[in-house]
Amino acid sequence: MTGRTLYEKLWAAHEVEAYDEGVSLLYIDRSLIHEVSSPQAFEGLRAAGRRVRRPETHLAVADHAVPTRDRDRPIADPLAREQVALLAVNAEAFGIAHLPLTDPRQGIVHVIGPELGFTLPGMTLVCGDSHTSTHGAFGALAFGIGASECECVLAAQSLRQARARTLRVNVCGRLGLGVTAKDLTLSVVAALGVTGGVGYAIEYAGEAVRSLSMEGRMTLCNMSIEAGARVGLIAPDETTFAYIAGRPMAPAGEAWGAALAHWRTLTSDQDAVFDRMVEIDAAAIAPRVTWGTSPDQSAPVTGTAPDPATAASEAEARKIARALDYMGLRPGQPLIGLAIDNAFIGSCTNGRIEDLRAAAEVARRGRVAAGVTAIVVPGSGAVKRQAEAEGLDRIFFDAGFEWREPGCSLCVAMNNDRLEPGKRCASTSNRNFEGRQGIGARTHLMSPAMAAAAALAGRIVDVRGTAA
Amino acid sequence: MERFETLTGLAAPMPAANVDTDSIFPARFLLITGKRGLGRYVFYEWRAGPGGAPDPDFVLNQPRYRTAEILVAGDNFGCGSSREQACWALRDAGFRVVVSTSFGEIFHANCFKNGILPVIVSPADLARLLADAEAGAPLTVDLAAGQVLRQAGPVIAFETAPWRREALLNGWGEIDIILNRSGPALDAYEASRRAATPWLY
Ligand code: SF4
Repeated sequence: MTGRTLYEKLWAAHEVEAYDEGVSLLYIDRSLIHEVSSPQAFEGLRAAGRRVRRPETHLAVADHAVPTRDRDRPIADPLAREQVALLAVNAEAFGIAHLPLTDPRQGIVHVIGPELGFTLPGMTLVCGDSHTSTHGAFGALAFGIGASECECVLAAQSLRQARARTLRVNVCGRLGLGVTAKDLTLSVVAALGVTGGVGYAIEYAGEAVRSLSMEGRMTLCNMSIEAGARVGLIAPDETTFAYIAGRPMAPAGEAWGAALAHWRTLTSDQDAVFDRMVEIDAAAIAPRVTWGTSPDQSAPVTGTAPDPATAASEAEARKIARALDYMGLRPGQPLIGLAIDNAFIGSCTNGRIEDLRAAAEVARRGRVAAGVTAIVVPGSGAVKRQAEAEGLDRIFFDAGFEWREPGCSLCVAMNNDRLEPGKRCASTSNRNFEGRQGIGARTHLMSPAMAAAAALAGRIVDVRGTAA
Repeated sequence: MERFETLTGLAAPMPAANVDTDSIFPARFLLITGKRGLGRYVFYEWRAGPGGAPDPDFVLNQPRYRTAEILVAGDNFGCGSSREQACWALRDAGFRVVVSTSFGEIFHANCFKNGILPVIVSPADLARLLADAEAGAPLTVDLAAGQVLRQAGPVIAFETAPWRREALLNGWGEIDIILNRSGPALDAYEASRRAATPWLY
């Protein structure tokens, strides 16, 4: 028998019943619930008179619509206020644990799951949110679903799913100085293209991946969906186990030993066969910046916006031209030197403590340029407290950055953090879609250090050249 | 759940690739907690145009496509966010079929839950269907037969996973299928995993 990939092991362990060829009923161990994708799911349960099969396996928290200022006051926007309140009502009615905005553990679903030890290797985890792939960094089979599927998981603790094909992205070598997991993930998305991962579960492997911290691994798995893959996986190892040990919801005592023994089996076998393999050389990666309106439209910061005239096809040329037009860029325009109006450090991609440390390291060298609004939004209450304990909030404050309460904020602009039309933003989030940060706003995705450096310079710079 | 069998209707062309669900249903309307009446927000920013006035060039603003029930879209339609509002809004705006060469996976799954049939065709066939849509020629989409019938030119075949096709043809809801068919299997699974991975129970 040939070996199995990690994905195949996780799949097999959660197969309740095999239906047709390649389609199974997959058991769902845990789910995260946020205010935006759940109201309709709970409404569906009510309408059908159903109960939640295992309420203890779900955790609810509001993150998308929450303000990042004045949290001691009621939410000003009545729609947001109702939506956040409805989550509490639904959680209460169906017996699900809920972290209110006043709870010190509140934060972005994909940040708090790992922090609490709610996310564990070997489990299946879903959320009505496409960036659920983040949790794959722990060797969990985690994927985003729609609201109807959320309802199904609440009622039946399972989903009918078609098995994905497997894709291994092997990243050999080491990332250079000033080059981060964000630059790696932007490189992977650029290499695969936005559709390259459709139908696949990606497993990231290789020396550069192994040497990433859990924060970096989460950044990498988080953006798998930007290449079209619902699942991004990294086999758990000592780095993973050290991160989990002692977390509030992690197994402890005797259970820890049993869990650890199981988790150590969660690797792709030596002779496992992947449907597709992609090799990436870490040493060749430079800090990366998106120039377009799709996450695969990025280039090394030292590069330029492309010229539609040299595109491979007419369709590609149209795509590039449209993106450049929206972004207000000329073909061939260098990325370095592009003046920015805003900087955003945060999101489930880059709102963790390590990200804030990296940004603060840069921020301590100067002041936010005149005319630039820069905000730092910690991914969770725990990240915020940790950062404050380390004095990072002071560094940001002294440098002219705003220090906010945790939430999704400018990643999705659903709360009152929103950019004006035409404003250009250096952003650590994951999507540069048209209008993502506000109508007509122009988003350049990059790493936390790069975004901080851009905030100080007032324009896009190569963070490697700005070191004191 | 809403069924889908066959439909004959007008198709609107939207050849742009990688239309994301943020464009289909902008985030600021996600604060609405219901799923009805969302059609007015579909492609909101694109309909409005940069100045706010309706953009006469946008395909869905053109009077001739006002009754379109089929959307013929460029590659990778519905990528990005998992928001099911994209489907609710499209359905409420009258769309029953979306055709492309590929779809965002979560969007694709969401369609089936809402009586919308996503049809996957080859790039060459997509070009033919875009031309039909441009010409205002109606199309007939037959799920059971797996065919798109055109006014002129050859029939285009498409495939739909049998489990999805069956559910959509019959209007079967996912939860009922699972609970009716697999209740005992679920109980047995939980009992065995409770023993094998007790820290998850
Ligand atoms: S931070 Fe952004 S990508 Fe992450 S869950 Fe929030 S809105 Fe989604």
